[in-house]
Amino acid sequence: MVAASLSTPTATAGTAPGSWVSALLADAAGGADARAAQALAQTPLPTRRDEAWRFTDLAPLTALKPTLLRPAPGTHPEPAAGSLRLTLDGHSDPLAGISLPAGLEPITGAGLGESLGQVLAATGSAELWPVLLNGATARNVLALRVRGTVATTLELVSDAGDGEGILPLRLLLVLEPDSSLEILQVHRSAGANLTSVVLEARLGEGAELRHGLLAPGAEAGCLLATVAVEQATGSRYSGVSAHGGWALGRLEPRLVQREGAAHSALKALQLADGRQISDTHSQMVFEGPDGRLEQLHKAVADGQGRSVFNGAVQVPRAAQRTDAAQLSRNLLLSDRARIDTKPELEIVADDVRCAHGATVSRLQQDELFYLQSRGIAADQAARLLLRGFCEEVLQELPAAASAWQPLASLLGEEGR
Amino acid sequence: MIRPDAPVLLEIRDLTARVEDQPILKGVSLTIRAGEIHAVMGRNGSGKSTLSKVLAGHPAYTVTGGSVRYMGDDLLTLEPELRARAGLFLGFQYPVEIPGVSNLEFLRVATNARRAGKGEEELDTFAFEDLVRERLQVVQMDPAFLERSVNEGFSGGEKKRNEILQMALLEPLVAVLDETDSGLDIDALRIVAGGVNHLAGPDNATLLITHYQRLLDVITPDYVHVMAAGRILRTGGKELALELEERGYDWVDAELAALERTPAEVG
Ligand SMILES: Nc1ncnc2c1ncn2[C@@H]1O[C@H](COP(=O)(O)OP(=O)(O)OP(=O)(O)O)[C@@H](O)[C@H]1O
Ligand SMILES: [Mg+2]
Repeated sequence: MVAASLSTPTATAGTAPGSWVSALLADAAGGADARAAQALAQTPLPTRRDEAWRFTDLAPLTALKPTLLRPAPGTHPEPAAGSLRLTLDGHSDPLAGISLPAGLEPITGAGLGESLGQVLAATGSAELWPVLLNGATARNVLALRVRGTVATTLELVSDAGDGEGILPLRLLLVLEPDSSLEILQVHRSAGANLTSVVLEARLGEGAELRHGLLAPGAEAGCLLATVAVEQATGSRYSGVSAHGGWALGRLEPRLVQREGAAHSALKALQLADGRQISDTHSQMVFEGPDGRLEQLHKAVADGQGRSVFNGAVQVPRAAQRTDAAQLSRNLLLSDRARIDTKPELEIVADDVRCAHGATVSRLQQDELFYLQSRGIAADQAARLLLRGFCEEVLQELPAAASAWQPLASLLGEEGR
Repeated sequence: MIRPDAPVLLEIRDLTARVEDQPILKGVSLTIRAGEIHAVMGRNGSGKSTLSKVLAGHPAYTVTGGSVRYMGDDLLTLEPELRARAGLFLGFQYPVEIPGVSNLEFLRVATNARRAGKGEEELDTFAFEDLVRERLQVVQMDPAFLERSVNEGFSGGEKKRNEILQMALLEPLVAVLDETDSGLDIDALRIVAGGVNHLAGPDNATLLITHYQRLLDVITPDYVHVMAAGRILRTGGKELALELEERGYDWVDAELAALERTPAEVG
């Protein structure tokens, strides 16, 4: 499923790429990190000649207006009981007027300077183009330290709305040893804009982070989300993500177990319909022995949508007794949709268990017929099966996600 | 219960069907009236499940000739879901597992589709839960099965009970039960057969596909049909099943050979 049908890799839509970046930098100047701005200016825009962008055309992104966006407040469902919502608009302080629950405190001043960027470096993410773009444009950072068990779920919500431009969001979480936290990122859009979000999370020994990311997009909207996680021994990271509906939606979870002996779980669902691109490039690095990874990646491609999954797992010699399992399951709903899925295992250690598998299938005729034979119309039966496929991941999102109607929002069926 | 004046529910005439290029049904005729219980027996591969799937409208089978009238209408032109809503029920020989779809929701959607077919109003989630809990007792099934995905990880016998639970909810007019007895332990067989007897009444009819007399000991058939090579070779009363139990199917070969010599008979 490669090269033959690829259209020519170009980014000629709208402004030329170089000038797109310079126009954006001119607009962002003053508020953001000058060094990061310089780095971005010197880095060429990725093209489909770059391996990591081979299937993912940036044209929908460079078609956007190269300015910073300040979205108007959106209307959102009531937060679920037991969750605290912080609204991110890239400009205002999300903590203004908020009293944080016990166990959470803002990181400021020298502490922030010390920590910021550390996890990006540890996970080899600092030079990724979406991270450079974010660094060069983000004006503030939401940075929190976690001690002990935080009972409240933290909702971090952005809504780019229907405005044009770029909404950069930068997040940092430092989990002290044996602390635990649940967060839910929700990113929405209704127009021609980019939500650029970078989350860094450092998990101390024995710490636990349960992380949900729900991103239902808009026809012309783009999402570039990077999640960098550094884990000490005995820590547990569980990431559950669902994105779809974006002209271009790309998620890059990058995890490193610094000394191994930690637990990482990634469950993801992505959808691509119309001419959308849904992309996940994940990377898991074990730098010590006895680490575990459980990864399930599910994708649905309909219309002329395109789904891309690249799952890198690195098990160097130091990572003996690693136990990693990666499964990619894909549902192809149309003849014109495309699914590219690729595990990328680099295993040097010899005493390891690394399982991986990938399936691409259509809705099963026997399953459809079974439902129809019970009076359920063909289209409703297809929907039930699609829902069943998605629910396996969606039901693992933090409970606070249900207020956002994950499935309906991803399928664009809200209010139906 | 045979009543010659009872209305005809299902009338199959000279039905032929193929899968891909292979003819499988070669002229099946069968008339089922309200109140009747029919048993279809026959060797493995004789076409019993094919008949049941053609009746239910499985897209893998193509009807090449003959007719099926259901309640006076042409059944074969209806989509599978419309057949079900009109009260035709197929209990699958191999019920299908559907991961991620909750059994409870599936049963509710199916029940409401059938209710709509009967001109009854939809049941909301609460009313439906009451109904399903009552019907669970027909098959003595643990409510925990409602929370699981449809048939996923169910044992063979549990799947069959789930089929009868669906039948109990959908209240069909004609139920075609394809080897609902196979894979059941002795208690489960009694429970499932009890469920079928409980649901059988003067206004509906049942077509049992089975290999075993032990089912027919509990559900007494009015007619027993023997299927062979895509045809109904012989029809009799309940004593025909006993005779099969004793003699096996060897005689079938002789009769089939005789049939092959009279091509005029072949539809
Ligand atoms: N989808 C199919 N594709 C190919 N062949 C099929 C298909 N369905 C049925 N057949 C063939 O048609 C014949 C009849 O099959 P059918 O399942 O109807 O038999 P049966 O009488 O139900 O047998 P059993 O008692 O074993 O359940 C068999 O030879 C079978 O292999
Ligand atoms: Mg069969």
